[in-house]
Amino acid sequence: MAKFGRSGKKEVPGLTTASMSDIVFMLLFFFMVTTQLRETENKVMVKLPEASQSAKLERKDLAAYINVGPPVQHLQAQYGNDARIQLNDSFRTVDDIRDFIATERESKSEADRQFMTVAIRADENVRMGIITDIKQELRRCSALKIMYSARKPSAD
Amino acid sequence: MAKKLPEINSSSTADIAFLLLSFFLMTSNMEQNSGLQRRLPPMPDENQKVQNQKINRRNIIVVKINSADRLMAGNEPIDVSMLKFKIKEFLINANNDPKLPEKENKTIEGYGDYMVSKGVISLQNDRGTSYQAYIAVQNEIVKAIDELRDDFSKANYGKPYLSLDEDHQKIVREAIPQNISEAEPKDVSKN
Repeated sequence: MAKFGRSGKKEVPGLTTASMSDIVFMLLFFFMVTTQLRETENKVMVKLPEASQSAKLERKDLAAYINVGPPVQHLQAQYGNDARIQLNDSFRTVDDIRDFIATERESKSEADRQFMTVAIRADENVRMGIITDIKQELRRCSALKIMYSARKPSAD
Repeated sequence: MAKKLPEINSSSTADIAFLLLSFFLMTSNMEQNSGLQRRLPPMPDENQKVQNQKINRRNIIVVKINSADRLMAGNEPIDVSMLKFKIKEFLINANNDPKLPEKENKTIEGYGDYMVSKGVISLQNDRGTSYQAYIAVQNEIVKAIDELRDDFSKANYGKPYLSLDEDHQKIVREAIPQNISEAEPKDVSKN
């Protein structure tokens, strides 16, 4: 009986912070592994349209991106606010798509080339004219697998 | 004279790790790569004759979007919200209406015979159509087909299409194909 009742004043032991760094390191590694540094600077503003049926692209590494949209704010003085095409890091025209596709194809491994998907990331306010031109050019380069990038609507 | 080395204070490792962590948190973009996947038709040869005309008229539903984002489906103006039902009705053709697409008896490996609809959805747009409207229409068409696939797979396998395994998905895809033709660019403003 006395054995249990003896402890009169009990001090709360201080929280040990030694494991905190372990936890943080774990988080750190998670983000280091999942992160991919942005390679290209966005020169066009793209607000993707909404589509509830959009499906995930399975092979992210096999995608080539074509960005279409009005230039970002600080470039509008120079380029105007008409929709433009951005390939890699610069503004291009429809005629440059052929070279772009060729280089993208080269960069993929031989076996994966046929699975390359061209993702068209276009702003929701661009007109279809420019998209049609891109599509026609892609057909000419026989890059037939395409994806219209879209985001899932936030709330149904 | 063996002096004891003082222990390195490790309380700051957490800070360093936090710093790194916040750096990666900020630079990482967990961008979802999602969208509507399509396969473009190959470019026809210059000297190859156009053979598309052979498709029977009843097998095609033409969906047109004009520059004011107005919609026409099968010769009547329609709202985007109604398009899904129109497409479903077109593809199911429950009463074998002679105006709606014919069905072809096809033997699907692993399933058996099934009357596969020969319907094709032809999507035409104007150069002035907004991308948003175009994607909305594409989305509705995909939704119609997805729902048909879900119905089919629920009736046969008791669960929705997406939770089927790869083989069964293939069967469902064959039974209800996604025939969307994105036609050659055409000016539909006159219509």
